[in-house]
Amino acid sequence: MLPSMIKRQTPSRAMVYLSPLLALALTLVAGILLFLIMGVSPAAALHAFFIEPVSTFYGLTELGVKASPLILIGVALSLGFRAGVWNIGAEGQLIMGGLCGGAVALFFYEKTGFYIIPLILIAGVSGGMMWASIVAFLRTHFNANEILTSLMLSYVAGLFLNLMVHGPLKDPEGYNFPESRLFSESALLPTMFEGSRLHIGFLIALIVVVVGWVLISRTLLGYQIKVMGDAPAAGEHAGFSRSKIIWITLILSGGIAGLAGVIEVSGPIGQLLPTISPGYGFTAIIVAYVGRLHPVGVLFAALLLALTYLGGEEAQISLNLPVAVTGVFQGLLLFFLLASDVLIHYRVSFNNKQMVAS
Amino acid sequence: MEILIPALLTIITAATPLLFAALGELVTEKSGVLNLGIEGMMVMGAIIGFVTVHYTGSATLAILASLMAGALMSAIFAVLVLQFHASQVPTGLALTIFGIGLSALLGQSMIGIAYEGLPIISIPLLSSIPVVGELLFKHDILVFLSILMVFAVMWFLYRSRAGLILRAVGDSHDAAHAMGYSVIKIRFLAILFGGAMAGVGGAYLSLAYSPLWVEQMTAGRGWIALALVVFATWRPGRVLLGAYLFGGITILQLHAQALGIGIPSQVMSMLPYLATVVVLVIISSDQARIKLNSPASLGKAFHPSR
Repeated sequence: MLPSMIKRQTPSRAMVYLSPLLALALTLVAGILLFLIMGVSPAAALHAFFIEPVSTFYGLTELGVKASPLILIGVALSLGFRAGVWNIGAEGQLIMGGLCGGAVALFFYEKTGFYIIPLILIAGVSGGMMWASIVAFLRTHFNANEILTSLMLSYVAGLFLNLMVHGPLKDPEGYNFPESRLFSESALLPTMFEGSRLHIGFLIALIVVVVGWVLISRTLLGYQIKVMGDAPAAGEHAGFSRSKIIWITLILSGGIAGLAGVIEVSGPIGQLLPTISPGYGFTAIIVAYVGRLHPVGVLFAALLLALTYLGGEEAQISLNLPVAVTGVFQGLLLFFLLASDVLIHYRVSFNNKQMVAS
Repeated sequence: MEILIPALLTIITAATPLLFAALGELVTEKSGVLNLGIEGMMVMGAIIGFVTVHYTGSATLAILASLMAGALMSAIFAVLVLQFHASQVPTGLALTIFGIGLSALLGQSMIGIAYEGLPIISIPLLSSIPVVGELLFKHDILVFLSILMVFAVMWFLYRSRAGLILRAVGDSHDAAHAMGYSVIKIRFLAILFGGAMAGVGGAYLSLAYSPLWVEQMTAGRGWIALALVVFATWRPGRVLLGAYLFGGITILQLHAQALGIGIPSQVMSMLPYLATVVVLVIISSDQARIKLNSPASLGKAFHPSR
């Protein structure tokens, strides 16, 4: 008797929340197998990956540092994904945000003033918005697929940042290294605890979670976003504008991704480098899905994915494991999640009679 | 002539991986499935091919291994999308993220190792024709194979019965299902073909185009291949045209520097990505044309119970 899949009458709400946990469990099992193949003790590896990084207060603050951009972009992307707007170029919007914010920070080099940090943040948001608005414009005016344009523009943004730190923004006293000056004190985000790198960007990320939650579940715009994603035809009959939703979700997600970028450069990095993100823009796609495209879920998912970054670094130091293991874990997690999600709409049956009845 | 022949030859090498990947995706999309994981399958093809040639020394085995690697990667996608009813867009993205991660892991010990490149096959007599011979009849096996595949795919899609069924599945899976064709099985095979072709395209990168292993060496070519399918409005012949056009743009960056044009290398490297955007805009703005040519069931989930 083979198990069969039977469509549920209504989607299971419980499975919506259980599926990420099931996916996590399956990822851990796959991880254990992977470590065995690589000849590493699974117990030691899992300890290094998931426990060691958060066993100290400093480790927990580092988790917040890594989670901040993931929370921000995760919330941003989930708004778009809800509406069926596939912005997968958040990495590029992050880079442009970081670049614009960083340029402002360098412009105010060695100046002091309370106004500098707000200006930097505004520049970052604007940079991300500007980059995403290209995607929105091409989508609404020329029908160009936003998946491909946003992704192509990510490569362009990466090269543009590279060009800038090799050229105009290069540190004049930096022995020709492709790096900017270190930002002066008044251009750096204040940290929250003595001796840690956790900066107020984490608080900003938490605020964005709350704002995102209110937006999606308590406002007309949030309702329009959900309708346009679930039933575009119904939305159009109700008079919702498809173009408007595309513009709003892209501008919002671009702006927030830009904010994430500027928080990175004036937070933990403190200067402009040729690379300012280990792929947060792409990891945030996983964050958005694991978080069930819901701002509060995204918060937890971002902490989990941030842990895989920290764990990857820890495993590299203590067990000499390649950092690339992190990417494998992240990919596996999304695979298992997508597979587990089948249980939201289907249930497994071992009774063959029912299959015929359905 | 002295610059022209090497320039044209580089166009061919730059176009070949795109051609493989885009042809594969074309067949997958013709069956109604959008696989966004080409980048991941290509990069896996690249590393598996390189590892195989490093340990066995056999280019043939390496190409076959890449083909298998691409097909295996696409099988994950196929199972998730067809059996688990996962949505195609995120599943494709997951495939890319996973492929980039896994290839980096497998390639740890391959960094810094070089390979002499695929052997060049000169077709007797024909290759000794001046200029034309060198351009058309002196290449590695994969270049010849890529051109052959264009015609094979053309023949399959428009001249064979199986191709007709595949297009029927892509245009209306419900009608095809009602006629008794197994939509799931046909799509599975189309996805596997797409994966195998992407794998071979990846192999071309690590075995011929720049015969060594660099993390993420596909550098967005999988995504450009996706754009090429749209550019070609789902026609194999135009995929060939598009791939060579993009090959031309890619090599501009190599030769602009040689000619001493004072444009920063980063700007030149942006060209293929910017060109992709421009091409998409031009093709997509004609909505009627896209609608007319794209498989009608593209990206839609199929539930046989309905």
